[in-house]
Amino acid sequence: MNLFHYASPQTFYPLAGRLVPVFAVLAALLAAAGLYLGFFVAPTDAQQGEVYRIIFIHVPAAWMSMFIYLVMAFWSAVGLIFNTRLSHMMTRALAPTGALFCFVALWTGALWGKPTWGTYWVWDARLTSQLLLQFLYFGYLALVHAIEDPRRADRAGAIIALVGAVNVPVIYFSVQWWNTLHQGASVSLSKAPSMATTMLWGMLLMALAAWAYTIAVSLARVRGIMLERERRTDWAMAEIARAGAAGGARA
Amino acid sequence: MSSFVAVLRRDLLVAWRGRGDLLVALAFFVIVASLFPFGVGAEPNQLRAIGPGVVWVAALLASLLALPRLFAQDHESGVLEQMLLSPEPAVSWVLAKIAAHWLATGLPLVLVAPLLGLMYDLETGAIGVLCVALLLGTPLLSLLGAIGAALTLGLRGAGSLLALLVLPLCVPVLVFGAGAVDAWLGGIGLRAHLLLLGGGSMAALALAPWACVAALRVAVE
Repeated sequence: MNLFHYASPQTFYPLAGRLVPVFAVLAALLAAAGLYLGFFVAPTDAQQGEVYRIIFIHVPAAWMSMFIYLVMAFWSAVGLIFNTRLSHMMTRALAPTGALFCFVALWTGALWGKPTWGTYWVWDARLTSQLLLQFLYFGYLALVHAIEDPRRADRAGAIIALVGAVNVPVIYFSVQWWNTLHQGASVSLSKAPSMATTMLWGMLLMALAAWAYTIAVSLARVRGIMLERERRTDWAMAEIARAGAAGGARA
Repeated sequence: MSSFVAVLRRDLLVAWRGRGDLLVALAFFVIVASLFPFGVGAEPNQLRAIGPGVVWVAALLASLLALPRLFAQDHESGVLEQMLLSPEPAVSWVLAKIAAHWLATGLPLVLVAPLLGLMYDLETGAIGVLCVALLLGTPLLSLLGAIGAALTLGLRGAGSLLALLVLPLCVPVLVFGAGAVDAWLGGIGLRAHLLLLGGGSMAALALAPWACVAALRVAVE
């Protein structure tokens, strides 16, 4: 099979349409299992009590937010190198979900920090770099929305995504450096005690649920972007007419 | 190489003839730095502690203020498009434009910084370190900023968009730049900070012009 077969919106659109419900159901099942395990089965933490259970949402969200940025950079590179339109559409479809997960990670982190550290926010290296990642997402989104011509928006967004991806390790390193200089004995997340197996499983299930959710949502979003961009082509018009007829029949 | 020298000379000449604009950015730098004592109080020890950081943040904001002008005039007059079409390697003259921009807007910041250091009652050695750090770090701000300026060329609200794009990328410069002075005052030695700043500038010098050219091609096509 040719790898580039699905690089065209026309062939990818129906494939994405078939994949969206699969991953949506998968996400719901995994999230249900993970939440059940996390909130009902996993034991109470000896030091933190019940509040630690927020990690079942917090950690997968933080992982996803970082991973999605890398995936965006990957699709940006592919788009710039091979000049494939679909890659740029994927980047744009992923960005809002990445920003969302980043925000969720920051928010749940603050809610966890208040009872545990006694404050919503500390200038810890991880928190700060997560905040900067959020700014990178905002910057990307603001840039692609400010440019009206989709082709220019795609390529400009790809460049800033790549520049950001090159900078992410540098930012992380510098923030860690700064943090150790300014506040030596800060609260550290890294000395996590060995976790109970059920906790680990709950977190893994939630991480997989986050993956499935991301795939489902970004594919659904990329379908919308494809239709909008290709609305002058025959296949897209046929698709829109079909969707319109189905909607009319339901109503 | 000839295009590098020609563009550098031309841009410096243009900057010199419009030197009022440059003075505005410089005045902005001084004013921002002078505002902090009103906000946090004029307690000398506190001022001494925040001084280097304030000067760096003010320098960052001032260099941001000057950035939209980097390509805007050439873009409006169509010169940029012609230069991109010319057989001259684009990286060479883009680098010349960035260099001229730094000489016109970055270097004055370095030269005025000692004055602000005196206002914050920094000792002479610390002021020297601050200037060296600014000298090594401000080229990095110009190089990173040039990518942002190229990406936002001709857009509505380019200025604030530029800030959103460029400021998160400049955090490492701020960390090592302001950190150098603190390290020197704390007696840790500033070698590592200055090496990292210089190394960062070198890396940006090698990579940023390419990204900048790509962004310019996207902007004019």
